[in-house]
Amino acid sequence: MWLKPVNTLLLRRRLIKPLVFALCGMPFIQLALGAFGVQGFSLGANPVEMLLHSCGKWALNLLLITLCVTPLAHISGWRALFAYRRMLGLFAFFYACMHLTIYLVLDQSMLWSAIIEDVLERPYITLGFSAWLMLLPLALTSTKGMIRRLGQRWTQLHRLIYPASILVTWHFYWQVKQDVREPLYYIAALALLLGWRLYRQRTRARSRA
Amino acid sequence: MLIKKTPDILSSEITDSRLYFGRRRFMREAATLALAASLPTRLLADKPTWLNNISPSDFSTSEQPNSYSDITTYNNYYEFGTGKDQPQHQARNFNPWPWQLKISGEAEKTGTYNLEDILAGRAMEERIYRLRCVEAWSMVIPWVGFPLGELLKEFLPTSRAKFVEFVTLNDPSRMPGQKTRVLQWPYREGLRIDEAMHPLTILATGLYGEELPNQNGAPLRLVIPWKYGFKSIKAITEIRFRETAPNNSWRQSQPGEYGFYANVNPEVDHPRWSQARERRIGAGIFAPKQETLMFNGYADQVASLYAGMDLKRNF
Ligand code: HEM
Repeated sequence: MWLKPVNTLLLRRRLIKPLVFALCGMPFIQLALGAFGVQGFSLGANPVEMLLHSCGKWALNLLLITLCVTPLAHISGWRALFAYRRMLGLFAFFYACMHLTIYLVLDQSMLWSAIIEDVLERPYITLGFSAWLMLLPLALTSTKGMIRRLGQRWTQLHRLIYPASILVTWHFYWQVKQDVREPLYYIAALALLLGWRLYRQRTRARSRA
Repeated sequence: MLIKKTPDILSSEITDSRLYFGRRRFMREAATLALAASLPTRLLADKPTWLNNISPSDFSTSEQPNSYSDITTYNNYYEFGTGKDQPQHQARNFNPWPWQLKISGEAEKTGTYNLEDILAGRAMEERIYRLRCVEAWSMVIPWVGFPLGELLKEFLPTSRAKFVEFVTLNDPSRMPGQKTRVLQWPYREGLRIDEAMHPLTILATGLYGEELPNQNGAPLRLVIPWKYGFKSIKAITEIRFRETAPNNSWRQSQPGEYGFYANVNPEVDHPRWSQARERRIGAGIFAPKQETLMFNGYADQVASLYAGMDLKRNF
């Protein structure tokens, strides 16, 4: 009864959004506690690798979660889900930036010659870097003003998330030494998410024709 | 209602002092037991005799060794999981004893031996070595062991013994990682006979003066400090003298990325990453990577083994 439209909006803004925000921030907090050596949290024997890998993994996880929003909203008819898409996407970008910063500052100690060599000569780094370059304009144009100003072009621009997520999963697959099971699960999930979009596009095109 | 009041006399004044001190001793022993329960069971029973007399070695580095915790929680040992934090858990219930070692191939004495018989009475040394992983990280590890060459000579290798092959235990019921074919089991490694006979090459049975933990390759592993870590095969069940070069597991799985020699070499990159620098485990979060040294810093002792060889081709 108290779930009148106005109150649902309020509930969403006051409770669900902060909750999603807190959930998205949890991996970061956990890593920060580990980095500061708080009792019960640890980054293990190789903290730099742990930070680098965790942030990369959460960037990818959130990228895929972001890609789940549209299919879920359409299939369930629960359009309220769209309200969380931007936050999820921005968190994916946040973790990607952390990942990049950790690589530059902690892993490579800002040794530019080594970094440039890495980006140009190690294909998996080239892939990751290209993916980050694609995500950057998406984050920059995520404001309400930008959405309004760009109009139709905004939708076109934000399709960059598809190639970006393909490059990221490829980046993951390529840096694994031998046991590719985990990246293969990610590739399968991404194939499903992109496959659904292709399928829907084709069926809609057919119904219009 | 009874209110419990803290007594203002010490319990030792009421209780018979013999009982009191007995209780204190009991508590101390209980604490020791609780600590011991977290150690490998065989350690509790009896430290193997061959670890009672360990002498230092001139081959040891003066660098600060990594902590016991670093060495035993960050392991590449796919027989117990492909994550580096997995072997410490998945190898917990592995009981290596009794262990048999088979000696086969081009030698006058071959057969299957009880490892305990091979080790009993053998002089052990502490060898503090750098370990450089092909993944570009490194540690300093105080192994306890003895020169491989010393053991090999006891079996009287023939003139046809040009190579030595090593095989890890193959038993998926005890090594759960072997249920997945991430590598072709059993794990195999190989050395040229002169590499095997080199005084730096050791068989390790201990770590930090104690028995080798399961996740580090108990009960017997190879340590070749100038080669990438994957050459230092763990849980060895067979040593075979061969006339022809054996294949090794990583090379078998990806011949373009891992070679037979696998000498640490900062000038020859892995196809996917640089080998010029390495992250020293335990150096701290802000410590930069350090330069990787030719033959992992053992060039003075081993470079002559490869004189005239093209190390780019023989990676
Ligand atoms: C900006 C340029 C990027 C660079 C320089 C970079 C670099 C790296 C490096 C050095 C590794 C570790 C490789 C290893 O340990 O062998 C890695 C792993 C990874 N990166 Fe990136 N990356 C970049 C962008 C991204 C982006 C944008 C994402 C995701 C949105 C991402 C996701 C991952 C994932 C999932 C892993 C694997 C983590 C694991 O193994 O658990 N990376 N990246």
